[in-house]
Amino acid sequence: MVFPRAKLLQQKREAAAALIDARALPEGGAWITAARMEARDRIAALGLPTKRDEYWKFTDPGSLTAAEAAPAPVFEIGDESAVFDGIDRVRLVFVDGVFDADASDAPELAGVEISLLEDAAGVDLHWARDLYGALEAEGQHPVARPLAAVNTAYATQGLLIRATGKAQKPVSLIYRRSAEDADVMLHHVIRVDSGAELTVLENGPAAARLNQVMEVDVADGGTLHHVRAQGRDHERRAAAHLFARLGAESVFKTFTLTANGAMVRNDCVVWLNGKGGVAHIAGVTVGEGAFHHDDTVFITHAAPGCESRQVFKKVLREGAVGVFQGKILVRQPAQLTDGYQISQALLMDEQAQFLAKPELEIYADDVKCSHGSTSGEIDPTSLFYLRSRGVPEDEAKMLLVLAFLAEALEEIEDPALAEDLRSRIEGWLKRHQR
Amino acid sequence: MLEIKNLHAELEEDSDVKILRGVDLKVGAGEVHAIMGPNGSGKSTLSYVLSGRDGYEVTEGSATLEGHDLLDMEPEERAAAGLFLAFQYPVEIPGVGNMTFMRTALNAQRKARGQEELSAGDFLKIVRAKAKDLQIDADMLKRPVNTGFSGGEKKRNEILQMALLEPKMCVLDETDSGLDVDAMKLVSDGVNALRDAGRGFLVITHYQRLLNHIKPDVVHIMSEGRIIRTGGPELALEVEEQGYGHILEAV
Ligand SMILES: Nc1ncnc2c1ncn2[C@@H]1O[C@H](COP(=O)(O)OP(=O)(O)O)[C@@H](O)[C@H]1O
Ligand SMILES: [Mg+2]
Repeated sequence: MVFPRAKLLQQKREAAAALIDARALPEGGAWITAARMEARDRIAALGLPTKRDEYWKFTDPGSLTAAEAAPAPVFEIGDESAVFDGIDRVRLVFVDGVFDADASDAPELAGVEISLLEDAAGVDLHWARDLYGALEAEGQHPVARPLAAVNTAYATQGLLIRATGKAQKPVSLIYRRSAEDADVMLHHVIRVDSGAELTVLENGPAAARLNQVMEVDVADGGTLHHVRAQGRDHERRAAAHLFARLGAESVFKTFTLTANGAMVRNDCVVWLNGKGGVAHIAGVTVGEGAFHHDDTVFITHAAPGCESRQVFKKVLREGAVGVFQGKILVRQPAQLTDGYQISQALLMDEQAQFLAKPELEIYADDVKCSHGSTSGEIDPTSLFYLRSRGVPEDEAKMLLVLAFLAEALEEIEDPALAEDLRSRIEGWLKRHQR
Repeated sequence: MLEIKNLHAELEEDSDVKILRGVDLKVGAGEVHAIMGPNGSGKSTLSYVLSGRDGYEVTEGSATLEGHDLLDMEPEERAAAGLFLAFQYPVEIPGVGNMTFMRTALNAQRKARGQEELSAGDFLKIVRAKAKDLQIDADMLKRPVNTGFSGGEKKRNEILQMALLEPKMCVLDETDSGLDVDAMKLVSDGVNALRDAGRGFLVITHYQRLLNHIKPDVVHIMSEGRIIRTGGPELALEVEEQGYGHILEAV
C-alpha cells in the first residue's frame, strides 16, 4: 500500500501533540528551559517516529513511543560479579533513572568536573548550556530522530561531565533497576577539552524502558573512550542516542555490548569536523528469542584526513533479529578520508535474522571507503577441523563464535575492559549453548 | 590398530554418488601403510569417513581403532581414542590463535582420557620444543590458525599438531602436496621421528616421491573406492615408472 507522505506526517505530528499535551516541561533555569522549549518545538514539527518511516523500516518504534512503558521483570545476575567490577573507577549510580548519591563514589576526579543535570539546570550559567540539546538538534538533519528531541525536552536526570585534563581513571555510570515498570529518560553531556583524555563506562539496563541521549563534544586533540554494556534484562526496551562532535586530531572510540532485551535501538551520530580526527564505533550483540536489536550509525566526514571505523558483530539465535543501518557521508572538503564499515551476523539457527543497510555517500574525490556486510552460520569446515583435533563440539563452537567477535572486541583499547567484556560474552554463550 | 572392513560410503545429500565401494584395510601397530591412487579414487573420502566429517553416509562395513567402533563416535571422541588426520587442505581459522587452538585441543584430549590438563607454562615448554624441530617460529605459533600460512607452513603446522597430540593412528592426506624439496624433508623427518612400535600410519599420496622419505611397509592402490592391489614398497616404484593406467588395466 502506498501511504501518502502528508498524511503520515500529520499522524506523526498528532502523536507528538498528544505527547506534548500530556507532559509539562520540567522546572529549570533560563538556559535549560530555552533548550527544552526548542526541543519541544522540534518534536511538534518532526512528529513521533512510526514503522512507516524509512529510518525505522527494520524496527518498529511502537513500544518506544507508546504512552505507557511495558513492565519488564528485573534481571537477577545471581552470584556473578557485575560488569567492570574489577576496574578501578569513579562509580556513579542511578537507580530507576535517579542519581543515588549514597550508592555512588564522591563525584571527584582530578582533571574532571562532574555535575548532575538536575543541579546544573537550576543555575543560570553552565558550560553545558552550549551543548545541551544543541548536538541533538544538529543530529535531526538529514534524518529526523524525534525520540532524542523528546529526551532533550523532558529528561531531568543525567550527568554533565567535563574533562579538562588527563583523567587517571574511568568515570563509570551504573544503572540499576528496582521497579518493574520504570520508564526513564537520561540525558548526559560530555565535553572533553583540548588535549584532555577521559574514559566513560556505562553498564546496566536502567529501566523497563529507557530513552537516553548522550551528547559528546571532543575538542581539538582530546580523547574520549566510551565502553558500555547494556544489561541483560530480557524484556527491557531502550532507545539510546549518542551524538558526538569531534575536533581536529581528536579521538573518539565507543563500544557497546548488548545482551538480551526485547527492543534496543542504538543510534550513533558522529561529525568529524576537524582535520585528522578519529572515530571508531563498534559493538557486539548477543541475543536469542524475542530479541530485537538495531544499531543505526551516521558518520559525517566534514574535514580532511579523518578516519572512521564501524565494526558491528551480532550473534543471533532462535528468532532473534539484528539490524544494522550504517552510513558514511563524506562531504566535499573531506579529502583523504579513510572510512571502514563492517557489519556481520552469525546466525546460530534458521530462525535468526539479520537485516543490514550499509550506505556510502561521497562528495570528495580522494577518499578510501570500504564497507561489507555478511551473515551466515558457523563454518562447518572450521568446526570439523577443531573437532578432529579433539575439541568438543560446544567448545569448538565457542572458539569460533569468539573468533567471529574478535574484530569488534579489538576496538576496545584498554585490555582489562576488553577482557572483562569478552569473558561476559563467553559466559552468555555458555549459558545459551545447546 | 586400524581395521577397515568392506567399508561403503556415499554422499549424504546424493545417494547416487557412491564413493567408497568396499574398502578393506588393516594397519598394525608400528606399521606404515601407503595408499596411492588416481585423483578422485576416494582417498580423501576414506580419511574423512574415518575421522567423522559430516556429509557422508556409511551404508555398509566397519572401521575400528584398537577394537573400538570409530563410526559410532563423534569426531572429537575419535581424536581422543587416538586417531589423527593431517588434512590435505588445512583449514584457516582467523580469530583463533594457533597456540590457543593447540592447547585447547591437547587439554580436551587429556581430559577425555582422564588425565590432568596442562598449565599454560608447561604447554608452552612442550610446544616450543616440538616447534623447533619443525622450524616453526614463535610468530607462526602466535598467528591465527593457518591464517596467511604458506602451503609448507600449513603442512608443518599439521605435523606439529600430530607431534603434540601423540595419536596412536595417524592418517596423512597428501601431506606432500604443495611442498618444495626442503619442506618435504622437514615434514618427513617430523613424521619419521614419530614412528614408533605403538603407532600406525596411513600415508595417502598421489605421487611416489613422499615415500622416498617416509618408507612404507605396505603399499595399497586405490581405485574407484576400492583397494585393488596391495604390495610392498616396490609397488610404489611400479606406479612411479609405469603410471596408474598399467595397474588399473591389470585388474
Ligand atoms: N562433498 C562431495 N561432493 C561431491 N562429490 C564428492 C564429495 N566428496 C567426494 N566427492 C567425489 O568423490 C570422489 C572421490 O573424491 P576424493 O575422496 O576427494 O578422492 P581423492 O582424494 O582420491 O582424490 C570424487 O569423484 C569426488 O568428486
Ligand atoms: Mg584427496
